[in-house]
Amino acid sequence: MLYFARWKVAAIIGVILLGVLFSLPNVIPRSAMPSWLPARQISLGLDLRGGSYLLLEVDLDAVVKERLEGLADGARTRLRQAKVGYINLSTQPEQRRLSFRLRDPSQAEAAMAAMRELANPITTATGGTTPDLEVANNDGLISATLSEAALRERAAGAVEQSVEIVRRRIDQTGVSEALIARQGASRVLVQLPGVEDPNRIKELLGRTARMTFRLLDENASMQATTPPPGVEFLEGDQPGTRYPVRRRVEVDGANLTDARAGQNPQTGQWVVNFTFDSVGTRRFAEVTRQNVGRPFAVVLDNKVITAPNINEPITGGNGQISGNFNAQSANELAVLLRAGALPAPLTVVEERTVGPELGADAIRAGLISLAVGASFVFLYMGFAYGLFGWMANLALLVNLLLMAAALSLLEATLTLPGIAGVVLTLGTALDANILINERIREEVRAGRPPASALEAGFTKASGTILDSNLTNLIAMGVLYAMGSGPVRGFAVTVAIGTVVQMWTATTLVRLFVSWWYRARRPRTLPV
Amino acid sequence: MFLARPLFRLVPDDTKIPFMKGGKIGIAFSIFLSIASVVLAFYPGLEKGIDFRGGIVMEVRTPGPANIGALRDATGGLNLGDVGIQQFGDASTVLLRLPVQGDEAATQAAVNSVRATLETAAPGARILRTEAVGNTVSGELFMGSLIALGISMVAMMIYIWFRFEWQFAIGAIVTLLLETTKVVGFLAVTRIEFNLTTVAAVLTIIGFSVNDKVVVYDRMRENLRKFKTMPLRQLIDRSINETLNRTLGTSMTLLLSAMPLALFGGDALSGFAFTMVFGIVASTSSSIFIAAPILLFLGENKLRRGTEAAAPLTGRAATR
Repeated sequence: MLYFARWKVAAIIGVILLGVLFSLPNVIPRSAMPSWLPARQISLGLDLRGGSYLLLEVDLDAVVKERLEGLADGARTRLRQAKVGYINLSTQPEQRRLSFRLRDPSQAEAAMAAMRELANPITTATGGTTPDLEVANNDGLISATLSEAALRERAAGAVEQSVEIVRRRIDQTGVSEALIARQGASRVLVQLPGVEDPNRIKELLGRTARMTFRLLDENASMQATTPPPGVEFLEGDQPGTRYPVRRRVEVDGANLTDARAGQNPQTGQWVVNFTFDSVGTRRFAEVTRQNVGRPFAVVLDNKVITAPNINEPITGGNGQISGNFNAQSANELAVLLRAGALPAPLTVVEERTVGPELGADAIRAGLISLAVGASFVFLYMGFAYGLFGWMANLALLVNLLLMAAALSLLEATLTLPGIAGVVLTLGTALDANILINERIREEVRAGRPPASALEAGFTKASGTILDSNLTNLIAMGVLYAMGSGPVRGFAVTVAIGTVVQMWTATTLVRLFVSWWYRARRPRTLPV
Repeated sequence: MFLARPLFRLVPDDTKIPFMKGGKIGIAFSIFLSIASVVLAFYPGLEKGIDFRGGIVMEVRTPGPANIGALRDATGGLNLGDVGIQQFGDASTVLLRLPVQGDEAATQAAVNSVRATLETAAPGARILRTEAVGNTVSGELFMGSLIALGISMVAMMIYIWFRFEWQFAIGAIVTLLLETTKVVGFLAVTRIEFNLTTVAAVLTIIGFSVNDKVVVYDRMRENLRKFKTMPLRQLIDRSINETLNRTLGTSMTLLLSAMPLALFGGDALSGFAFTMVFGIVASTSSSIFIAAPILLFLGENKLRRGTEAAAPLTGRAATR
């Protein structure tokens, strides 16, 4: 055991050199580095560099509601076409259900067929497709229920799409290095480094920004308590205004390709100019051609921004929204329209924002703890275990270096608890050395000569080291799996430290000991 | 070179402390402390942090020394429930705590209104930190943490069961339960905030604690092979004494690294670090006084049955 093959020594030294190489990008500015060096480095968590962490919940109930409302519209049209008489058509979002009663129960088959035609196919786990609606007839009461699988698929789709839209909106704000990811079944995680006041972004994300172009029902009486079928009363942008807007969406904002804030050259008013894609252009041209002289409403998030009269057919695919805008609100709307609409409203369920000053304080406190902890541990090891203790200290320095390298390679995020993990690793890293030293000492006292005591010490202790350190890894594995953000950083650093120390204690220290032994050939061991 | 030799030993060699004699008293005392801890955890209860209770925490730094009274008047008028304001660190920094506000949207609205109020009540004040956790999330975080603690204990038990005999696994899990409850009691007594970081500390303690037990158990297993006729009681005592220097040595290095964190790590880490320090002391003493005696009671007639029981162990030990 005290003999190390040349290639082994070379490999050990190689690992250490690689450690230096991979740690370097953290201390040298990127510009001063030769290009062949690896550029990966440890990044600082939001709690250290300052920034904002937002957890957003996608309102999945709204997704169900919207689908059911779409279904209700479709049902009205289809049933009219099929000449099926019905009453009490209503949606029950809690039961994910739409139901109506037939005037003539003998038309059940026709009604059910009409409803089935409204179903969308969804892909099942086996690769086939199945309709997303379960249509049932209960004594003339027809109900269409969204299936469990359909709901899951809709939810997953809505969350995916939300992630994408949130990313586009944040990209527009110029925040760099933002991290946007899906979390769990219904959440979106947003990390915004360097953002001290996330209010602007929260406002930007707080709007669904669904824009639709719809016609008004000019015959509807605004005094009526309930709007006529297929029409809804929507509030206008100006307080106190209300419009009878047809539910039918003529053109959807999803067909926009661009939107920019600008000023009307004549009036100097702020407007938003937009451009449609080919589908949008065609639809828009069609609608404006057929409805010249009638008002056309621009509806954003269930509010009528403006409802001008159509003066002439607009066929070029360009348009202009002139609402009650100023420079900022026009710009904001343009951003939202460019990024697209959210499939459902988002609510902030968790917010953590840290300013840069606190982060700097935390880094300083962490470094002081690290320095003090390291000196305590070094002195203790040196005094309690003598030469082998100092060797362990040397290995501990290598351990810290390799940890830095491993964290850089993984591009891990260093958080405040992560720093605590590094400091604690100082303590745990020496456990293996203590085990080995105590073992060697026992073997010496049992009467073994130095070489054989060293041999036995390292060999017998290594089994115990593996057994006992696995427990730390299990605990950290659980912490990583269940923990969030900063705490995960702790689990990562402690786990890496544990693995690295097993190597430094059993291999590196052994190499030091073997060098020393062969140079000195001691008759007694300093244990 | 004087530094080449060890200058001291934590405990002298060849100690023959009869730990097993105190076994019953130790376990009884430990159980008493744990029951007291569990009681304390419900009454007066743990100081749950924002992670688990929900609500809003804001750290605010004012240009001069903070006028806490004025801030309290200003925020008290917002009708947001019981606003707690305290000095935090230096005189110009205060910590505001607000209870959870109905649903998530209301919580966000509250953050905004407090921000606006601060601008008028303390012009020039900077908000260093804002944390707002809604009801749903805090509930989930709390449940998640309990599940994590449960899973880690079960994982430890299964691991030890695999590596040793079942008596060892039971011994370790009972000790872990006794220890963890004491840490909870410590949190209740010291009013250290119970939050995600403290849970991380508890999980870390669980890892280190089992690590400690494994070393002692490992030695018992070795001695079971070596001294085939020695009574279990004597054998356990011998194993503890033999590993005493290591147990205390490792705890020492851990303590030496955790203490600076507690003293210099700042407000964010001190709770974590003090919990660690307490956990280290608790787990070290229970490795010696609790884990081993439990094994004695469980394994009195089983671990010492002769070669049958030892056979699977020797097979593994031979590979060392």
